[in-house]
Amino acid sequence: MSGEKKKGALGLKMDSPMERVFNGLIVENPTLVLMIGMCPTLAVTTSAINGITMGLATTFVLALSNAVIALLHKIIPDTVRIPAFIVVIASFVTVVQLLLEAYMPSLNDALGVYIPLIVVNCIIFGRAEAYASKHAVVPSFFDGIGMGLGFTCAITCIGLLREIIGSGTAFSVQILGEGTVVPGAVGKFLSMYQPVRIFVMQAGAFFVLACLIATMNRIKRNMAAKGKDTSKFGVGGCCTVNDAGKPVKVKHEKEAD
Amino acid sequence: MSDMMKVSSNPHVRSKVTTSNIMMWVVISLLPAAGYGVYNFGVDALIILLISVASTVLTELIYEKCMHKPVTIGDYSAVVTGLLLGMNLPSTVPWWLPVIGGVFAILVVKMVFGGLGQNFMNPALGARCFLLISFPALMTNFVTDTYTGATPLAALKNGESVTVMDMIIGRTGGTIGETSMIAIVIGACILIMLGIIDLKIPGSYIVSFVIFLCLFGGHGIDPVYISAQLAGGGLMLGAFFMATDYVTSPITNRGKYIYGIFLGVMTGIFRCFGSSAEGVSYAIILGNLLVPLIERYTMPRAFGIRKEAKKA
Repeated sequence: MSGEKKKGALGLKMDSPMERVFNGLIVENPTLVLMIGMCPTLAVTTSAINGITMGLATTFVLALSNAVIALLHKIIPDTVRIPAFIVVIASFVTVVQLLLEAYMPSLNDALGVYIPLIVVNCIIFGRAEAYASKHAVVPSFFDGIGMGLGFTCAITCIGLLREIIGSGTAFSVQILGEGTVVPGAVGKFLSMYQPVRIFVMQAGAFFVLACLIATMNRIKRNMAAKGKDTSKFGVGGCCTVNDAGKPVKVKHEKEAD
Repeated sequence: MSDMMKVSSNPHVRSKVTTSNIMMWVVISLLPAAGYGVYNFGVDALIILLISVASTVLTELIYEKCMHKPVTIGDYSAVVTGLLLGMNLPSTVPWWLPVIGGVFAILVVKMVFGGLGQNFMNPALGARCFLLISFPALMTNFVTDTYTGATPLAALKNGESVTVMDMIIGRTGGTIGETSMIAIVIGACILIMLGIIDLKIPGSYIVSFVIFLCLFGGHGIDPVYISAQLAGGGLMLGAFFMATDYVTSPITNRGKYIYGIFLGVMTGIFRCFGSSAEGVSYAIILGNLLVPLIERYTMPRAFGIRKEAKKA
C-alpha cells in the first residue's frame, strides 16, 4: 500500500463509486469473503424470493444509513457513536418494515422477525464503523450499495440453490419433481426428482454456504495462480488466511518490477 | 528388507493388529446380521447392501484420486461404513438412496474432515440421519411382501401387542440389519472375544437404557415391554457396532461409561417422549458430538503429577 496513487480492485480509482460497488460485490463480498451477517444468511434463505427481499431491504438500509452516518460523523462524539449509529440504522429499518407491511404483507410474514433484526445486522454496523465514519458521503453511499448488492447476490444464490434442491422450485415455480412445469419427455424425466428436504431446513443452509465459500476460494486461488493481482482479495476474511501467502507474493513481485 | 532397516526409538512394540485387520473382523462380524437381513427381506436387501458398499468405496477412491492423496480403501473402513449404512436402510428404498447416502457419508462426514480418524461423527449414522430427514417417507417405508404392518417398535408405541420371540429372532419388519437380535449378538460376541470392542460402552448403554425405561417408560418393570424395547429397532446394532466406533467414542475408561449412559438416557428420551418410535441413531450422533468434551474431563492423571490445586 505504498505510493500516492492508491488503486482499488480492477485498477479502478480507490473510493470511486464503481470501485466501491465492485469491492462490495466481489472483492470483499460480506457473506462469502468477510463472512459477516451470517444470521440472516442462514435463517431466511429458504427460498430465492426470501433471499432477494431480505437482501434488497438490507441494501436500502445500508446505503442510506452509510450516507447519513458519513454526513454526521464529524458531529457524533466518538464515545457515543454506537448508540448514534443504532438510532440512524433503526430509523431506516422502521421505514423498510412499514413499507413491507403495507405493500408486501405475505413476504413480511415470511421474513418475520428478521426484518426488525436488520438493526443489529453485522454488515451494517461493520460498514458504518469501518467505512462510513471515516469517508465522505458519496463513497459511503456507494459502499453501502456495493456491500448490499454483494449480500443480496450471495443470499439469493443460497436461497435459489436451497429452494431448487430442497423443494424443486425456483422463485416458486415448480421445475423439478412432481408437477413440473417443463413439458414433454424432459419434463417426465425431471418429475422423477425427489426433493431433498434437509436443504430447506437449517442444516442445508450450512451445506450450501460452505460449498459457495469453497467455490469462491477456488476461483480466487486460480486467479492467484494465473498471476493476476489478487492482493486485494479477501483482506480481513477469515476464510482466506490459509492462502494469504500466495497473493502477497504476487504483489511483491510486481513491486519489484 | 525395509522392515529390517527401520530405525526407531524404544520401546519396540510389535503387533499384528492393523486398521485393515480390525475393520475386516468388523465386516465379518456384521455378516450374520446382514445375512439374516438378506434371508428375511430377499434379493432387494442384498442389492441395497451391495450398492451401499460400492458407493462408499468408490467415493473414497475417486475423492483420493482427484485430491492426489494416498488411496486408503485397502483399510476396509469404507466397506464397514457402507455395510452399516446399508443395514440401516429399509429394503424397499430406491437404488439411488444408498448412493446418495454413501457419497454423503464418505465425502461430507469423513473425507472433508480429514479421512479416517478425523471424522467427528460416525459416517454411516450421519448419512442415515441425513437420509431420514431428507426423505422421511422413503426411509420409513417398511412394507415388504412378507411384512405389511408397522415395525414392532411403532406398534409398541401405539400400545399394540408384539411377539417378543419374533423380535429376538428377527421375523419382523424394519431396516435390513436391525431386525435380528440373535444375529447381531453373535457378531458382537466375535468382536468381544477378539478384544476389538469391550463391553464398557454397550453395557452401560443398555443398562442405563433399561433403568430409564423402568423409571419413565410408563410400564413400570414389565419384562415383556423392556425386552421388546431391547430387541426392537436399532438398539442392538447401534450399541455394539456404532456406539463402539473407535474414532467417535471416548478412549478413557470413565469416558466410555459416561458416553454409554448418555446414549442410554438419550435413546430413552427419544423413544418414550419423542414423536418417532426410534431414536438410537440420533442419540449416537449427539453422543459423538460430546466425545471431545467427555475425553477432556476424564483425562487420567499422569503418574507423578498432582492434581492442580483450585485457585482461590
